[in-house]
Amino acid sequence: MSRIIMLPILLPLCTAVVMIFFRRLVVLHRFLNVAGTALMLGVSLVMLGNVQSGGILSLQIGGWQAPFGISLVADMLSSIMVVATALIGFTTALYSLGTIDKDKEHFFYHPLLQLLLMGINGAFLTGDIFNLYVWFEVMLISSFVLLVLGGKPEQLEGAMKYVTLNLLSSSIFLAAVGILYGIAGTLNMADLAVRIPMLGHKDLLSVVAVLFMITFGIKAAIFPLFFWLPASYHTPPVAVSAIFAGLLTKVGVYAIMRMFTTVLIHEEAALIHQLLLVLSAFTMVVGVLGAVAQYDMRKLLSFHIISQIGYMIFALAIQSPLAIAGALFYIVHNIVAKTNLFYISGLVNRLKGSWDLRRIGGVYRFYPMLGVLFLVPALGLAGIPPLSGFWAKFVVIKAGIDSEHYLLVSIALFVSILTLYSMIKIWNEAFWKDDPRGEGSVEDEGYLLISSMKKVAMVVPIVILGSVTVVFGFWFEPFFVIVQSAAVELLDQGNYIQAVLGERP
Amino acid sequence: MTFLLAVIIGVLYAAGTYLILRRSMVKVIFGLIFLGHAANLMIFTVGRLTKGAPAFVPEGMEGFTEPFADPLPQALILTAIVIGFGVQAFTIVLFKRTYQTVGTEDLDKMKSTDQLPGEEL
Repeated sequence: MSRIIMLPILLPLCTAVVMIFFRRLVVLHRFLNVAGTALMLGVSLVMLGNVQSGGILSLQIGGWQAPFGISLVADMLSSIMVVATALIGFTTALYSLGTIDKDKEHFFYHPLLQLLLMGINGAFLTGDIFNLYVWFEVMLISSFVLLVLGGKPEQLEGAMKYVTLNLLSSSIFLAAVGILYGIAGTLNMADLAVRIPMLGHKDLLSVVAVLFMITFGIKAAIFPLFFWLPASYHTPPVAVSAIFAGLLTKVGVYAIMRMFTTVLIHEEAALIHQLLLVLSAFTMVVGVLGAVAQYDMRKLLSFHIISQIGYMIFALAIQSPLAIAGALFYIVHNIVAKTNLFYISGLVNRLKGSWDLRRIGGVYRFYPMLGVLFLVPALGLAGIPPLSGFWAKFVVIKAGIDSEHYLLVSIALFVSILTLYSMIKIWNEAFWKDDPRGEGSVEDEGYLLISSMKKVAMVVPIVILGSVTVVFGFWFEPFFVIVQSAAVELLDQGNYIQAVLGERP
Repeated sequence: MTFLLAVIIGVLYAAGTYLILRRSMVKVIFGLIFLGHAANLMIFTVGRLTKGAPAFVPEGMEGFTEPFADPLPQALILTAIVIGFGVQAFTIVLFKRTYQTVGTEDLDKMKSTDQLPGEEL
């Protein structure tokens, strides 16, 4: 039964290979992309069900026993992240049908999307640190190519910054892995969790912890390591921006979560948690201030990603079960809401022909339903009840007050006012005010030119993700029970170790 | 031998760090390559050096009797080299295309993606 862990990795690999074999049949690419991701969503939901009822699943690749071979492990945390990935993969596959032009499709857009999803799923499911590095690289190289597909000057310029900083982070990761192996003699996460408390080299462990912190900090775009993100995320086609915005930084957050709650637990981890607390405050504030200053819709949303990462890191650093549950719910809510906002910004751009908020307007007057669809994730992100963001922030802030981090709690609340402000800014500028080009141009060229199939392909993902945000809000309880059990499981390493190594420490 | 390798790793890290801080694209690429090599050598060195004892069980024996070179760091490095090779090849092509499209190789001049929209208008 534990073989199901392989499927979220194998499915996208197989679809990508088939697509590359039939490289001229773009219609087949489109079909396989949607069908493959839909299947992945089904499989990941089954896996989540299995993990919830039967405990942590683990699979030893090639039959090599745990500390020697590569282990794949699906606990609640990994399963939830894989479900979120599959959901975003599915909606992005649909959205791509309406937005990606033929040239990009001929240059392997669809297979690259599948390989990106494979890398992300692999990173979530692996139980081995070096294997995590490999999955990061799979994910990165697909994202590099997706980022430059099209070859516009600003894309190349953004990609330069993205590629350079990510390669730097990979080389730091590699160095950290090397030192860790030198001290502990193993790279299996469960085995490390057993051995690290017994090791002598506490000073070297701190070095390793800080190196991992820097690596994952760059991936997750934590202050002061986030500068690559707003420089590159607004350049590619919006379907690509959306999947990057939703998933890639969260892989970094997941890695921090895994590393500092399951693997590296020792006295020096307390230092990392202190560091994370301080950095989370800066991340929240700097991200949102950056967003407030912007008039380009995608740049505004890109800065928001950073600010939201701050909340997740804050909750992670508190380390109580409630806070971890809050962080996890926050991640899932944010993946859904943020991707949705990017989809909507793409649609608005299609309607009005510009990303600049000052040049567009009047969307609400002619497309009132789109206005409603925008308000769901926008208010959700800002934390207005009863949408998902309210519960996410509520739990994080409750955990913050319980652990007496009053200053950070007040910063978090202040930042959410600014978040609301910047969402209202998009609403006012793009939806509410009259079109600055005058009434004559309101019946827009853009929308009429899109074929009705493409309209459906662009609107359906927005509706799906919007309804997920609403469902999270109105039926919060069952979802919170799931993330809570994930948090409890994460903080008790015994189960994880037993599932992988077959013995309790 | 360990000392020599430690010195080489240090030099590679120093040179790599210096080079990625330069403004010229080509130097940044070399910097990234140096950092990759430094990390690979570091894994090799930190994973203990054992001279002249490959990890093969001698014929007619059940297992090892004497210290042998740990094959795992070598496997890790091999993987890292292959990945690094692919990624670096991509980076070089990307930098070349960027140079051709943007028309400059001074990184300080590539700031259009960071400008506020007011400056572009």
